[in-house]
Amino acid sequence: MLKRPEALLCSTPAGLYSPAGDFHIDPVRAVDRALITHGHSDHARSGHRKVMATQQTLDIMGLRYAGNFAGETQAADLGKATEINGVTVSFYPAGHVLGSAQIVVEKDGMRIVASGDYKRRADPTCTGFEPVSCDVFITEATFALPVFRHPDSRDEIAKLLKSVEQFPERSHLVGAYALGKAQRVIRMLRDAGYDRTIYIHGALEKLCHYYKSQGIDLGPLSPATTETGSVQDFAGAVVIAPPSAFLDRWARRFPDPVSCFASGWMRIRQRARQQGIELPLILSDHCDWDELTGTITELGPSQVWVTHGREEALVRWCELNDYAARPLHLVGYEDEGD
Amino acid sequence: MEEFAELLDRLVLTPARNGKLTLLVDYFRDTPDPDRGLALAALTGDLDIANVKPAMIRALIAERMDEQLFAYSYDYVGDLAETISLVWSTDEPVRANAVPTLGDIVTSLALASRSDAVRLVEKWLDQLDASARYALLKLVTGGLRIGVSARLAKQALAQFGDVDVTEIEELWHGLKPPYEALFAWLESKADKPQSLATAPFRPVMLSTPLEEPDYTKISAEAYVAEWKWDGIRVQLTAEGGRRRIYSRTGDDISQAFPDIVDFMNFEGTLDGELLVARNTDAGVEIGAFGDLQQRLNRKTVSARQLESHPAFVRLYDLLLDGSDDVRGLPFVERRARLESFVKQLEPTRFDLSPLVPYDSFDDLVELRKNPPHPIIEGLMLKQRSSTYVPGRPKGPWFKWKRDPFIIDAVLVYAQRGHGKRSSYYSDYTFAVWTGPETEPHLVPVGKAYFGFTDDELKQLDAFVRNNTTERFGPVRSVRAEPEHGLVLEVAFEGLNRSKRHKSGVAMRFPRISRLRWDKPPIEADRLETLEALLRDSETAD
Ligand SMILES: [Zn+2]
Ligand SMILES: [Zn+2]
Repeated sequence: MLKRPEALLCSTPAGLYSPAGDFHIDPVRAVDRALITHGHSDHARSGHRKVMATQQTLDIMGLRYAGNFAGETQAADLGKATEINGVTVSFYPAGHVLGSAQIVVEKDGMRIVASGDYKRRADPTCTGFEPVSCDVFITEATFALPVFRHPDSRDEIAKLLKSVEQFPERSHLVGAYALGKAQRVIRMLRDAGYDRTIYIHGALEKLCHYYKSQGIDLGPLSPATTETGSVQDFAGAVVIAPPSAFLDRWARRFPDPVSCFASGWMRIRQRARQQGIELPLILSDHCDWDELTGTITELGPSQVWVTHGREEALVRWCELNDYAARPLHLVGYEDEGD
Repeated sequence: MEEFAELLDRLVLTPARNGKLTLLVDYFRDTPDPDRGLALAALTGDLDIANVKPAMIRALIAERMDEQLFAYSYDYVGDLAETISLVWSTDEPVRANAVPTLGDIVTSLALASRSDAVRLVEKWLDQLDASARYALLKLVTGGLRIGVSARLAKQALAQFGDVDVTEIEELWHGLKPPYEALFAWLESKADKPQSLATAPFRPVMLSTPLEEPDYTKISAEAYVAEWKWDGIRVQLTAEGGRRRIYSRTGDDISQAFPDIVDFMNFEGTLDGELLVARNTDAGVEIGAFGDLQQRLNRKTVSARQLESHPAFVRLYDLLLDGSDDVRGLPFVERRARLESFVKQLEPTRFDLSPLVPYDSFDDLVELRKNPPHPIIEGLMLKQRSSTYVPGRPKGPWFKWKRDPFIIDAVLVYAQRGHGKRSSYYSDYTFAVWTGPETEPHLVPVGKAYFGFTDDELKQLDAFVRNNTTERFGPVRSVRAEPEHGLVLEVAFEGLNRSKRHKSGVAMRFPRISRLRWDKPPIEADRLETLEALLRDSETAD
């Protein structure tokens, strides 16, 4: 068995690196060989010479970076092991967004799971997280504070639908990240019985189209442009857009919109207030506190490495619960998909 | 309780009045008694509930959670009640057992001792969801501030029951939470409740602005003229030893003005303007609106304030003469009765608002331009034959405000608007010059977010975006230099001294009356102009 896990994976300024296998995981700079967990732009950057990821993640990178984003690509099948310079690598679903995976790295009886971004609750738009027992579990910590306890997602969708009914003369402008959150909100609206046309911002079109091609039925969608509808058509409508679009002149075409934002951050009232959100929807593609601590308990690793987010609280929890833990201090991950 | 919590969360984040009304009306419709009435009382600050100290709640969480983890959490959230509501961890089975209603909570707390109250709160925290825990903690620690005015609540009730808001105002004072008789009437399940209060509020008569085609209606034969005083409109009522001062929307403000109440030794109901006097070396004079503000919004008044800012009421009208309801009489007859009524009153506390004689409309134009006192807002024109009817009928009473004050100021900050305007920079902070002429700098004097047309809003928004120098959250600072920037013509109704503002002045009712694209910023007004105006308004006759 390898004496030190750091010989298998360690943190470097470019991101997680495997000295034994000579590859990076989700590097923030261009490298020779990158293994990528999922398509969010802070994890999946362009310019690496070789990229290995799930086919869906490769497809998503292709859509976002217009084709030529890497010198060479290799699709990873879920659950299938591949050798890289004597290190065994395999991908397991992470439940974060379509195509997202945990990357399991193994050599000489030492197994490390780099979970990337993950969540534990059901998401109709991607395969659920699969726990893999390991010696070292690398966990994200985006919502690693005991204040983050995401409520039942269906209740949040119900909140949105209730408001649509209460304010039929206004449009509901829902801010949702372009990859993952937007499609999940749409799919959940469908599951809740909402079958009217949902209007989408131009920045979502390609990705929604791709989700559909992967068998995720999003129901009738229409671009939210004034060419396709008059201002009054948007009265009573649900419009999905990336959050940044709210501040654009684009948002002016909607009649007296109720601004909504689907994000785990919406748990904190001050966050909603500061951003002028009228209807916060607490919907996250990351684990909440209970899911993070529950996952660690379930896996029982001998070490926990904590990365991007509120590392100190999760490390403290590990101490209290007798798990050896340390923060990785990786930089460059500003979550796109919270 | 969870529905109430949801209502609170939505009200806080809903900027538009109409949106708030919809939320309230829907809540009244969907929620049974007594919860809806208790919720209403909680929102308007009329719910008396046992007080639990924040430290006691803090101790509860300390029993359950690692101190370090709590510290990280509290540090991140910043609000104690919110932090505890979020970190409170519950086992699902406990929650499923029983979720207390607002009614359960209020009833149990009313019977509980202080230490029992804390244990009850602990039990409820286990049973409620995070939003409801937050509402509960705010409620029991007395920190619930939602910004639903009594006025808005009454409007929502009126809309819910499809009745005129004056009907609610008339009843309001005799009602107590949870207002079951009121809701029953509004849902047409019972007759209108009788106002049981002695000395109830009687809905006031309001005026409409005098505007162009109506000028010709005004003649000395048909209308009397009166000054419009810039204090607060009040209704004084004294019946069978019960004395009350009401605001024009029916809120009881007696407590703030014991110096009036003490002298209400009459039987009847009067309509007038509450003003304050100022004791100066030169004698007593009428104070400016700023002096009146010293006395407003205070639960208790200090002896010193009673001395330095004594209140008095300038009377406009008589509604009840003894037990005689005279609202159905023509104005001139009520006025004659008022003139004799006032003779029995203490002259330092009550006087008559004089009628202003005039012959022609031109006389009124002159009078309006040169009112004899700075706290006159303009003229009131009242039809001689007008009966006293609640609400704002058009025709019997007109108000004709004097022209606003105008200054030229420089746009310095712009803030993103809300709702319809959230994609626009629509709230503007403006400044005037101060400091030496050779080295002037700008000092903000006010904020305005209306007065401009939709087209002008687009121009303003574009100017802000193209001239941003810095951003702080939703606020941008805008280029404002002697030769580069945007001059706004700002109209306002008056000035107060203000310690809260760096400039030392606060404008009343400022709005943007014109965009002066033609003017270089250096030609905007200086702070001295405002200071002079302030001195003028304080040296009353
Ligand atoms: Zn991430
Ligand atoms: Zn992600």
